Amino acid sequence: MSSTYGIVAVLVVAVGTVLVGTYGLRVSRTTSDFFVASRTVSPWWNASAIGGEYLSAASFVGIAGLIFAHGPDMLWFPVGYTAGYLVLLALVAAPLRRSGAYTLPDFAEARFGSAAVRAVASVLALGIGWLYLLPQLQGAGLTLHTLTGAPDWVGALLVAVVVTANVISGGMRSITFVQAFQYWLKLTAIAVPVVFLVMAWQAHGARDLTGPELPVFPRETAVSFDTDTSVHVDEPVVFRGAGAVDGRRVEGSAVLPEGEHSVAAGSRLVFPEGAAVPRVSTIPFNTNETWALPLRGGESFPLYAVYSLIIATFLGTMGLPHVIVRFYTNPNGRAARRTTLIVLGLLGIFYLMPPIYGALGRLYAPELLMTGDTDAVVLVLPSRMVDGLGGQLLGALVAGGAFAAFLSTSSGLMVSLAGVLSRDVLRLRTVRGFRVSTVLAVLVPLGMTLLVGRVPVADMVGLAFAVAASSLCPLLVLGIWSTRVSTVGAVAGMLAGGVPALVAGLVTISAGGGNVFLARPAAWTVPLGFVVMYVVSLLTPRRVPPGVNHVMVRLHAPENLGLRSQDRL
Amino acid sequence: MTSPRRPPTQRVVVTSPRTRAPRAPRPYPASREIDEQSELGAVYMRSLIRTQRRLGLLLCAVVCGSVAALPLVFALAPSVAAQRLFGLPLPWLLLGGLVFPVFVLAGWFYVRQAERGEREFAELVERS
Repeated sequence: MSSTYGIVAVLVVAVGTVLVGTYGLRVSRTTSDFFVASRTVSPWWNASAIGGEYLSAASFVGIAGLIFAHGPDMLWFPVGYTAGYLVLLALVAAPLRRSGAYTLPDFAEARFGSAAVRAVASVLALGIGWLYLLPQLQGAGLTLHTLTGAPDWVGALLVAVVVTANVISGGMRSITFVQAFQYWLKLTAIAVPVVFLVMAWQAHGARDLTGPELPVFPRETAVSFDTDTSVHVDEPVVFRGAGAVDGRRVEGSAVLPEGEHSVAAGSRLVFPEGAAVPRVSTIPFNTNETWALPLRGGESFPLYAVYSLIIATFLGTMGLPHVIVRFYTNPNGRAARRTTLIVLGLLGIFYLMPPIYGALGRLYAPELLMTGDTDAVVLVLPSRMVDGLGGQLLGALVAGGAFAAFLSTSSGLMVSLAGVLSRDVLRLRTVRGFRVSTVLAVLVPLGMTLLVGRVPVADMVGLAFAVAASSLCPLLVLGIWSTRVSTVGAVAGMLAGGVPALVAGLVTISAGGGNVFLARPAAWTVPLGFVVMYVVSLLTPRRVPPGVNHVMVRLHAPENLGLRSQDRL
Repeated sequence: MTSPRRPPTQRVVVTSPRTRAPRAPRPYPASREIDEQSELGAVYMRSLIRTQRRLGLLLCAVVCGSVAALPLVFALAPSVAAQRLFGLPLPWLLLGGLVFPVFVLAGWFYVRQAERGEREFAELVERS
């Protein structure tokens, strides 16, 4: 695809982010400004900021890519990401705000008054944050690679540098402006092209998206392979080009018979119009008709996979460190609820878009099924479907929006990670400590991007959700609604749920995929976390923190009563 | 008067509360009971927490439960999954579009109920 406009768009987003951030710098003075914007953000600003922060690489490029490859089962990602906010609203939002804490470890301490609970919560928050930051950086690498052919680490480094500079200079206050601005930018960037794509699809005769045939090349298509790829051919296909197939040099015309084949990195093969598209071996065999049906995503236990995903996303949202830190910027519990309600609406509108990209991709960009770069479907579609300058400009808009997604989610994660690091690990509660922590917070995932295999962006984000759902979700839900949870129970529950989920996640990432019970662990780790936390608490009633009733008043009583025990920090 | 027989007049005592006068202050306002963690204060708080917890859990169970039932429906009745409505396959229409307004409505309902619960609690505490 043409890169000039795309590069310009990415640069505009990056520079714009820095500019809006500097505007915030002038009003950012105290430590409280840095961490929580002094708690003076209105619900609409805050909701836009939450939306901007939450719509990550997974939402912008990942979901469409997964739907494109695996069909409607993947619609559970956007549904779960949104439902997570409903659960958060109903069970956590107002009490969490009333707890008056900055970060999740702060909540743990406010509720349990125990250093041990706080330490475990800190470690888990860091683990979840890093697990979530990693796919953002990878997504940035993918975007720049798709635009310019630059190596993957360039985009990751660019995002890391911009975000670090921004967070260091302005902290949370500027980030609130940046995030709110970026929600609307992202919505524009994904929604405007959709209008043109659908119009183009209509103009091309509105071809059936769910026809009984395999995806075919819509025109003569050159496919370049950056890595060694193993592909499955379902219908024999003639191609020409240069490269190595099945270990043999190919020059000129040849035939790929049915079956498994390996294509070496650096090959460039040209396929004729109308030929059935070979698929990467990890993508299941589906005609467009069967692809459009549920439970055909190619998992070995499709129903287990779906339910595990549902549990992870419905319950995991509340445990994400960058989501939680946003609630402390509301002035009170009531505003926290209203903010969450607005967020539900904002997310719902955005998530109408990715499935359209995924479905149209089957017709217009099917060669991504062959290279396995399914996450790129959002980026390449506009220039494929709309000819000329218009298509290139739309492509640039999408690229800018994708970059906004990486920047905003990474910013939010960095703020919360730096908050946890500076307060709990380095124990430097100053602005300088926050800045040092920010640098530390970005170096770890940046290093990890070089080590890990290629897991789809949305899948890796799903793992972060699974860890959050199995450890911090039980802590929040039981901590807020039950007076019986003891400190021992809290620690045991977080470890029993979080450690298996984290290990399963790391195994999956380092292996680049694998067993569904490890790749989607939430269905067994979440119940484990809840049950262990509650049962151990019942067994250790003496370790229930002494001031629990006092804390409960603070969490639940409305602010307008003027209770002394609620006097705010 | 034409009627010769009139009922005998009677004195009736009419009382009314002295609405102008301030009511005798309660020795202990309820907000103080809550602050000082007395038995009564704990009862107040428990009732509030129980109401809010029931509301939250009920909402999650009904909305998330019914949405989460969809994969099971699609698995057990594949013909449902193959249905089309407005030209779109049913799973796509439900999961790609219709669930989102349902979530917003449910959230709106929850916020209304939760705020009402807190308002009633505040009135209860201030009245007593």
